[in-house]
Amino acid sequence: MQEKKLIYDGTFDGFLSAVFYVFEHKIKLASIENEFVAQNGLFSEDIIIITEEDKANRLWTGLKSKVSSQGSYQIYYAFLSEQLGVENILLDYIRYAFSSTLKVDKNYAHPSVLKIAQIAKMVGREKHRMEAFVRFRLTKDDVYFANIEPDFNVLPLISKHFKRRYADQKWMIYDISRHYGLYYDLNKVEIINMEFPKHFDFTKTDENLFKEQEFEFQKLWQDYFKSTNIESRKNMKLHIRHVPKRYWKYLSEKQPD
Amino acid sequence: MSFERTQEKLKILADAAKYDVSCSSSGSNRSNKNKGLGDSTGMGICHSYTEDGRCVSLLKILLTNYCIFDCAYCVTRKSNDIKRAAFKVQEVVDLTINFYRRNYIEGLFLSSGIFKSADYTMERLVAVAKKLRLEENFNGYIHLKSIPGASDELMREAGLYADRLSVNIEIPTKAGLKKLAPDKNREDFIKPMVKVKNEIIQYKAEKKIIKSTPKYAPAGQSTQMIIGASGENDFQIMQTSNHFYKNYNLKRVYYSGYVPISYDDRLPQIGSAVPMMRENRLYQTDWLMRFYGFDVSEILNAQHQNLDLDIDPKLGWALRNLHEFPVDVNTADKRMLARIPGLGMKSVYKIINARRFRRLNWDHLKKIGIALNRAQYFMICDSNQFERRDLSAEKIKGLILQNSTSKYTKTLSNQLSLFG
Repeated sequence: MQEKKLIYDGTFDGFLSAVFYVFEHKIKLASIENEFVAQNGLFSEDIIIITEEDKANRLWTGLKSKVSSQGSYQIYYAFLSEQLGVENILLDYIRYAFSSTLKVDKNYAHPSVLKIAQIAKMVGREKHRMEAFVRFRLTKDDVYFANIEPDFNVLPLISKHFKRRYADQKWMIYDISRHYGLYYDLNKVEIINMEFPKHFDFTKTDENLFKEQEFEFQKLWQDYFKSTNIESRKNMKLHIRHVPKRYWKYLSEKQPD
Repeated sequence: MSFERTQEKLKILADAAKYDVSCSSSGSNRSNKNKGLGDSTGMGICHSYTEDGRCVSLLKILLTNYCIFDCAYCVTRKSNDIKRAAFKVQEVVDLTINFYRRNYIEGLFLSSGIFKSADYTMERLVAVAKKLRLEENFNGYIHLKSIPGASDELMREAGLYADRLSVNIEIPTKAGLKKLAPDKNREDFIKPMVKVKNEIIQYKAEKKIIKSTPKYAPAGQSTQMIIGASGENDFQIMQTSNHFYKNYNLKRVYYSGYVPISYDDRLPQIGSAVPMMRENRLYQTDWLMRFYGFDVSEILNAQHQNLDLDIDPKLGWALRNLHEFPVDVNTADKRMLARIPGLGMKSVYKIINARRFRRLNWDHLKKIGIALNRAQYFMICDSNQFERRDLSAEKIKGLILQNSTSKYTKTLSNQLSLFG
């Protein structure tokens, strides 16, 4: 039998629409691919999936009744990992979930369930890291601005946390590698796109853009960070495990003096 | 706020506060109200880590390092010749708010040297917390130090604004305390602890009836002991710790390996190693007590007064109790699963969940992420391959150590050579 390749638009609803299509047409051999990465296969038949919100919702509601709440968030988290081929592991998981009478998301001996749990854990860890490592800087327009470059697409996951916490200040978190950000205007969080000048250096705090006091608080924070060290206990290996070097460039305490 | 002055004070008063190990910012339930600032309902967040690998989640400072006491183990002791400084209440408030707004911290951990009297000091700590809550509408985490000897009225007020209160007993035994801190007596530590405990019990009872009862220290209280400064053995330390958990409903007891800071001949000399390995083993024992269903006397008792440094306490217990093993992971109850060396509580739950679907074999266990290096000698599963030799405890320990490289090897060999 020939493999059918389903190409979707990269959104979660699009992905769910593709899964819906698989069930609707009883396709046995299917591969779901994001339109940005899909390549024409020599021996496969391509189907372009149209994102349909109601179908996506139907599938999602059905799926949620087949897994625990932990299972459904794991599916969403794993999807946001954007890892190559994750859609097909998810498809296998979802097929298994619908075929079983028991809730399957705790069956870690099933390869797809285990794999999704592992990927979801990685994404969860990155979400938590971003909640920790975001460093706001106060701009001249009184907006607390932060830029991030997470390994996975975690902005949708951290929005609630920051909205609840910083309810009385305007803030923006921008994902440099995915070219979009979140902006909170004291009422709601919006998704925004911004144009930055070419070669804009996100690690520098430009005095034309940021408030004067910003430099003072960064300095105080750097000093504070230094004085928390206990020299006789120093253990850089452990330090780097907790704060991997790839995150250092946007951490104010890690900037050179 | 004058930048240079604050900068100087922050350096002095953060440096003196770093020996307090508690940095937990979880366990509270204070949510953001009326579009205020901050929220401490979720799990704790470590916003950064020090170069020695400890979590930085709170702005941990002293209000002042002036102190009328002369405790030998403390950097801010009266007789120590160091720079002294004191923050104004407003300065601490400004620092906390501005650090919090930039997502540097989860909140404030405020401690202090004791100037004039216990109550005078406690009053100022409470004033900071009060201002943060009432004037700044701040809902981040606040951990206040209870000053030994502070009055009940002040402790009551402190709990209304703080999420956690703590008073450090510092030295695990009365005799040790007398030797190193002659000005202090244990009753002064116990008094605020009892008050806080009773207030928490009362708050929980009242809250069941009246939902709007003002919060009282929702993240509970904790304490800290210094390890390796006054010659106690592990048995004494864990007994003290168990006593405090049981009688004062503590959330946590922290163990802090003594960092030599003085040439006082009652204490380990400057340059001697910090007992980090021992500290680690004590925390493991603490966890076994609190989460794994062990009674402290199973691990430390009159026969075994010190923990092994080369193996973890659960493995040590298992080797002394080989008659309890092997455990069948497909049928054993949670309590016994939790006693298998190498299995953490997360693995225990994974096993319990996965075995509902099928009988588990070595391959399944490995994929789930069980550390079989230690566990394999203590369990059987759905496989006819298991350890059949009748190995002695010594032999098992040898095999396990042979097949593992401890990340502490360096520390271990240093510490062993001290004794050997």
